[in-house]
Amino acid sequence: MAVIDRTDSPVDLDVGDLYDQYRMMFLIRRFEEAAERQYKAARIGGYCHLSSGQEAATVGAVSALQPDDLLVTGYRSHGFALARGVPADAVMAELFGRAHGCAHGRGGSMHLLDVSRGYYGGWGIVAGQLPIATGMALSLVRRGAEQAVLCELGDGAVNMGAWHESLNLAGVWDLPIVFFVVNNLYGMGTSVERASAEPDIFKRAGAYRMEGERVDGDDLEEVEAATARLLRAAREDRRPAVLEAVTYRYRGHSVADAGLAYRTREEIEEHRSADPLARTREILESRGVPPEGIDAIEAEVEAEVEAAVAFAERDEAPAVDRLAAGMYAPGSEGQFERMRPGSPFGEAELVFAGGLGA
Amino acid sequence: MSGSGVAAPAPARAGLETMTYREALRLAMRQEMERDERVFVMGEEVGLFDGSYKVTAGLLEEFGPDRVRDTPISEEGFVGAGVGAAMLGERPIVEVMTLNFLLVAMDQVVNHAAKIGAMFGGEVRCPLVIRTPNGAGNQLTAQHSQSFDGWFAGTPGLKVVAPANPADAKGLLKAAIRDDDPVLVIENLPIYKEKGEVDLDPELLTPIGRAAVAREGSDLTVVSHSFATVRALRVAEKLAAEHGVSAEVIDLRSLRPLDVETVAASVAKTNRVLCVEEGWPSYGVTAELAARIQRACFDDLDAPVERVGMAEVPLPYAKELELAAMPNEDRIERAALAVLDLAPAL
Repeated sequence: MAVIDRTDSPVDLDVGDLYDQYRMMFLIRRFEEAAERQYKAARIGGYCHLSSGQEAATVGAVSALQPDDLLVTGYRSHGFALARGVPADAVMAELFGRAHGCAHGRGGSMHLLDVSRGYYGGWGIVAGQLPIATGMALSLVRRGAEQAVLCELGDGAVNMGAWHESLNLAGVWDLPIVFFVVNNLYGMGTSVERASAEPDIFKRAGAYRMEGERVDGDDLEEVEAATARLLRAAREDRRPAVLEAVTYRYRGHSVADAGLAYRTREEIEEHRSADPLARTREILESRGVPPEGIDAIEAEVEAEVEAAVAFAERDEAPAVDRLAAGMYAPGSEGQFERMRPGSPFGEAELVFAGGLGA
Repeated sequence: MSGSGVAAPAPARAGLETMTYREALRLAMRQEMERDERVFVMGEEVGLFDGSYKVTAGLLEEFGPDRVRDTPISEEGFVGAGVGAAMLGERPIVEVMTLNFLLVAMDQVVNHAAKIGAMFGGEVRCPLVIRTPNGAGNQLTAQHSQSFDGWFAGTPGLKVVAPANPADAKGLLKAAIRDDDPVLVIENLPIYKEKGEVDLDPELLTPIGRAAVAREGSDLTVVSHSFATVRALRVAEKLAAEHGVSAEVIDLRSLRPLDVETVAASVAKTNRVLCVEEGWPSYGVTAELAARIQRACFDDLDAPVERVGMAEVPLPYAKELELAAMPNEDRIERAALAVLDLAPAL
């Protein structure tokens, strides 16, 4: 699946794009379901945060990126990596901790990345990615590039100091960045209402004299149109913005969380009945795409996900002798060579020379 | 320093000049900003105000507000912005007013900057420099008198240097700016006014990971860094004059990587070693040194490794109390004599 790139902000989408976008949403849903199965089968370790239910927000926002725009996200990142064009094989292999994972088996679920596609992670500390994305936007300004940064965060991140500091810097310095808040109503198990004195997150942009907007995060076309417009203002006029997409996560905070201690089955069912995939499929059908055509891509996607799991199963483990690869830049070996005497057991054997390659 | 093997014309020797530590830092920044467009400075009061400790004085006028960028009081924000800019290939020098305030940005330094090389498998680097002074001694009290050098030096992924004189302030800061990894340059408040001879040659760098023998001696090795080296050198003179003791002073210069080889070679010669730091010694730089020395020099030691650091209390205001807490020259001298069996151990 190639990266979905668009050259302008659409008022309406032609069916061709919508078809690809629906395919991507479906891929993310099936991918997450497979990831959950593999996690429960103990083939995936660590934390595993699924985004089922949030596909329209994810695909809509990423669709609005130009090929040379930059994407930075939090740790619920599988969908973003896939939507940005990272092959499902490489994403699943990363979840399995394999050598050909998109982060070389270093990152796992939270730290997916693909620099060749402008995807700079996949970060695991809530709101920690915001200052970094802000600095990337500063770099774009310094080099006079007409590019923008899309920085994704969850609703839980907006009560961190890094949120305030990053929005303030972006505002003071007129940086080309859109803070894309995926509001799925809960930060872990604490609802936005319980966590935020101002639960209308988009309104907080006003404190920085920045445009703030809320969209229905389950409406693919609305998300894409708003993201595209705000990214364009960032790119062309250096106007930072906050875009809040309200959506819902079907599964728990992570696979380890049943997701029922803080919400009811009825609430989950209510959201599932307005499923973004079903909504998007309806639009496709209403624009004349025959159901059998849609069924065909669904079958194709299911095969793709199965193949990704098979790829991850047979991929090799990262080489243990490259344990420290890339940690320090080439040329650092000489700096560290005199640290060896008296070093703790085994430390002197670490080799951080050389990277792992793209 | 360049390993490119490309023949370059030998730079004209620019000569030596006596200057303060702060002027040497400024010289390093000016030279690197002239050499490389990607280098820029940002931090609180670095521009219009001329720097909280006047290290960046005059740079705004010379390089303009894009390259000498004033920030709000927002350490987590602008240190993190430095990380992000560095990831895209800029060479930011982030000035943090004191090491105490870097704690506010700890998440960006330890959880982010230090992880990038490894997490990106070497595909992305983070050539960030953070400059900040540590230290105590001006009645700045509990929240402004600390040295957390060991916290940062204990973090894989970071490099940490701490120059003790103007020549190394220039040489190490330049090496840090040219380095492709995040480097914390620990400066020191009382040391800013220290004077020394500096080679103006823009290509003369102090290599990272190399300690210096600041004073040669044969009876005792004193290992130190930053302002503790200034104190150690004074004590060494006193030991020679009053006790006929020949002390060798090793100035670490880099804390990560740590040049244990130079320390071990000295201990093999003197058989006695005292480690001194400005910060609290528990879990500190001297703790790390002691562990490595006992392993590397087990058969060379004629006495246990001794340590001197700041008294393990939050620093009080009253001058008498502060003085009593500092790793001052009296305490270093008494410890040295104890290691030499010339005075009772405390």
